Amino acid sequence: MIRFIDVYKSYDNGTKALKGVSMRIDDGEFVFLVGPSGSGKSTIIKLITAEVAPTEGRLMVNGYNLNTIRPRQVPYMRRTLGVIFQDFRLIEKKTIYENLVFAMRAVGASPREIKKRISYVLELVGLEAKADRRPSEISGGEQQRVAIARALVNNPSMIIADEPTGNLDPQRSLEIMMLLEKINELGTTVLVVTHEKELVDRFSKRVVAIENGRIISDGTGGYYDNETI
Amino acid sequence: MRRFNNLAYFFLEGFRSIFTHGLMSFAAVCMIVCCLLIMGSFSLVAVNLDNMWGDYEKQNEFLAFVDETYTEEQARALQSRIEAIPNVASAAFVSKEQAREDFAADKAENELFEGLPDTVFRDRFRIHVVDLEQLEATVEQVGQITGVVKVNASPEIAQGFVVVRNIASGVALILVGILLLVSLFIITNTIKLATFNRRDEIAIMKMCGATNGFVRWPFVFEGLIIGLFGAVLAFFLQWGVYVLIGRAIDSSDTIRLITVLPFDQMAGRVLATFAATGFVIGVGGSVLAIRKFLQV
Repeated sequence: MIRFIDVYKSYDNGTKALKGVSMRIDDGEFVFLVGPSGSGKSTIIKLITAEVAPTEGRLMVNGYNLNTIRPRQVPYMRRTLGVIFQDFRLIEKKTIYENLVFAMRAVGASPREIKKRISYVLELVGLEAKADRRPSEISGGEQQRVAIARALVNNPSMIIADEPTGNLDPQRSLEIMMLLEKINELGTTVLVVTHEKELVDRFSKRVVAIENGRIISDGTGGYYDNETI
Repeated sequence: MRRFNNLAYFFLEGFRSIFTHGLMSFAAVCMIVCCLLIMGSFSLVAVNLDNMWGDYEKQNEFLAFVDETYTEEQARALQSRIEAIPNVASAAFVSKEQAREDFAADKAENELFEGLPDTVFRDRFRIHVVDLEQLEATVEQVGQITGVVKVNASPEIAQGFVVVRNIASGVALILVGILLLVSLFIITNTIKLATFNRRDEIAIMKMCGATNGFVRWPFVFEGLIIGLFGAVLAFFLQWGVYVLIGRAIDSSDTIRLITVLPFDQMAGRVLATFAATGFVIGVGGSVLAIRKFLQV
């Protein structure tokens, strides 16, 4: 569960990225966070992953109070999240299987757990036959599937996808969104940050729209179809 | 069991990374080898100079003249009393006859000194000291022994030796210290460059929930392996270079006066010093280099 209560974020260079954001994402929800470039979407992700701290306001993520969290607790909070990036961020020198091992190893999983979990996740994203390929040997859509598998491999309660389809063609984008929907149906909360109107409109999900650091609408439906708040 | 698994993982990851990032590892090893070679060569020159200096010091002696009225037997009896003084390394008795012969041999070309009687000379002791710095006190102690009528020493020259040696040691120490710092700086930067190439890996690990310790350990092992490998390589190269230079000095007519200590005598110390330095700069360099990238 994520709770933003009147959150402000200003950077050292004077940029006011968020100006009093309040929202709540409950467990099991599928939410689109939409808005133009520079609206504050990335800052929201950075706040959720504790890369930056709020300047003002209260922020709770999966039971952790990010206003008072100690640096040594941050890794444990991050284990409750799975993050997917637009540029996939896979390690080129490792195979797909090794990329997933790397993520599980990072949280101290045993070889037995790793073997069992990776087989399941690779099957879920439909890449079990390509486990020994390197990222450069597969397509962009498949690379994003690997990134999703990596985000899922440590069994997080929430997936955060930052422009996951930004580098993909419409067909691959749709496939990725459908995969994320399937993951949500299996019980994982999903937050997708995007500015692709067509894609958001194809799914009847909750859409939170942000502009100039303020939430301008929040409701179910298409991009900007919702009631302005 | 999990801890053992993790340790094995850190070691294997560190080891694997050396080959995965082969070029940077090669650069780091080369830097360590070069720095250790420069530092080692300088230190070995300093050790050899110190040794030669010590030899010169040992050759520094002073004379204690015995009362003319003493018989040779009485004079010889003073030897044990002289040698009982703590800073006296050895005291060699020289009789009047021997002293005259030595003098005559020294002045062989000068007719004026021919046919001198033994009685012109006195029995004496050639005394070597352990520590040249305490020469003045030792001379005084010898002079106080009944039967010793005069002591002939040059404390100023001895003091000069001590000052020069102290300055040389100080300069050597400072230079080795500077070289060590420069090496640490260069190697830290080389490792930093290697780490910079892998900042994405670190960011991914951190985003997956890896603790700082978990991210740091493979780098520490990598630094350790690189540092120790560089140290061992530098040791064998140093050995080869030292032996070659030693042989060249031995076979040269002009510089044969320089005594070169055998490398075997110092091999253990050189290896231990190189290994310790390799350890410190490898591990220290990695820890310093990665610190910045952990703040994600």
